[in-house]
Amino acid sequence: MFRNQYDTDVTTWSPAGRLFQVEYAMEAVKQGSAAIGLRSKTHVVLGCVNKANSELSSHQKKIFKVDDHIGVAIAGLTADGRVLSRYMRNECINYSFTYESPLPVGRLVVQLADKAQVCTQRSWKRPYGVGLLVAGLDESGAHLYYNCPSGNYFEYQAFAIGSRSQAAKTYLERRFESFRDTTRDNLVKDALMAIRETLQGETLKSSVCTVAVVGVGEPFHVLDQGTVQQMIDAFEIVAEQEGPAAEPDVDSGQEASAEPEPEQGAAAGEGVAPMDI
Amino acid sequence: MNFMASKQPENSLLGPESDSQRTLYPYVTGTSVVALKYKDGILMAADMGGSYGSTLRYKSVERMKPIGKHSLLGASGEISDFQEILRYLDELILYDNMWDDGNSLGPKEVHNYLTRVMYNRRNKFNPLWNSLVLGGVKNGQKYLGTVSMIGVNFEDNHVATGFGNHLARPILRQEWHENLSFEDGVRLLEKCMRVLLYRDRSAVNKLQIAKITEDGVTISQPYSLKTYWEFSAFENPAQGAIGSW
Repeated sequence: MFRNQYDTDVTTWSPAGRLFQVEYAMEAVKQGSAAIGLRSKTHVVLGCVNKANSELSSHQKKIFKVDDHIGVAIAGLTADGRVLSRYMRNECINYSFTYESPLPVGRLVVQLADKAQVCTQRSWKRPYGVGLLVAGLDESGAHLYYNCPSGNYFEYQAFAIGSRSQAAKTYLERRFESFRDTTRDNLVKDALMAIRETLQGETLKSSVCTVAVVGVGEPFHVLDQGTVQQMIDAFEIVAEQEGPAAEPDVDSGQEASAEPEPEQGAAAGEGVAPMDI
Repeated sequence: MNFMASKQPENSLLGPESDSQRTLYPYVTGTSVVALKYKDGILMAADMGGSYGSTLRYKSVERMKPIGKHSLLGASGEISDFQEILRYLDELILYDNMWDDGNSLGPKEVHNYLTRVMYNRRNKFNPLWNSLVLGGVKNGQKYLGTVSMIGVNFEDNHVATGFGNHLARPILRQEWHENLSFEDGVRLLEKCMRVLLYRDRSAVNKLQIAKITEDGVTISQPYSLKTYWEFSAFENPAQGAIGSW
């Protein structure tokens, strides 16, 4: 996008019918670090990449618990995200107090969207620069919504936002049909795989990502680092085992190299066969 | 209505009653509401009387109304306050429907909303002078609760207001059980209402029984209970009464 004469105020339309300030706000979301969400019939998993500015600092909090049955992951201006999370928590708690019942996710999301819309139609405000992935459970099942700075919201089976989210989206698009009926643990694994895609070659470790789950009988909570690392290790071992089996050439190659080994070991005995000692 | 006027104690902080804009006493009142859970949902009974003090003035007052798709509200106490509550609930249900999103307020939510309303009014010393019974079924779950004018609320398998608490609840405690059939439930309610008719001076012999199940609300047409006045104790009530002189 390039600067133009219609992009100074959020209340100025361009001749093509665009509100540039709103679109710029959506750019801010794309610059934030990645967040992904996916859901099955009974569970929703949120994950995000958490990179600290430097080794000395702590990670930014990008996943917030809103209520026992709702959580949100953000990408973009985290300060805006924090403020919106506080709004969502307030709405949930007020509803719970009046009706002794959890606020249906769909309603919270609409309230959030209406709040965002206000900022696109006031000359003295600016749009929120944060995209929210809202994960929640209500009477009608598990839901994942994406709330945009524009005031739009959509429901998704799986989605990714933030920088390099396209890689995660490609992975999710390949696999999303299996999500509906999958188990909770597989859903978390898929989330971790999707996060790995956004890291583009970097090692996936529990120190760079955060994962949270909400489901039937499971209130929203962030998984602790130990659990996450275990899950990463579990599926990385599986990946290694699958590697050799998938390539028959390597197999026969291994067999061939097994035979000559004893001879080689005997020939270069002095420094080369630690196992004999 | 001078005989209803109450005298404040000398140390009252409430100020002169004459310039009051808040509810002080009820004028047109309904008497007991009785309700119980049965196999398919809730059964509720209330007579159609609106008393003006000791006069049984209005005899076609409907004291039970359906609320939304899933609830039924019965009220005793000031009838005009009941009508006000119905207006609040109307607005509540309207906004709930306007979301148009497949979610709807169930009986538990309505009950808690009413509790908040009643309690907040009580805190302002301007109560809605009612005892409410809220029953309903949603997603197979039966719900029956009550709220008083001071905001006391609870749920139970059978509830009653006013005199019903003293005359009907003991009968229900003995004879209510899980999974009553519709006929047994009605019979039990009629037994309670008959005792109330004999013994509550504000009761009138014209009542309705309402049923709410997963399928919705049905309120019966008004009818009367058969009564028996030939008990020997009724024939000469003063016989056996010991005079003081």
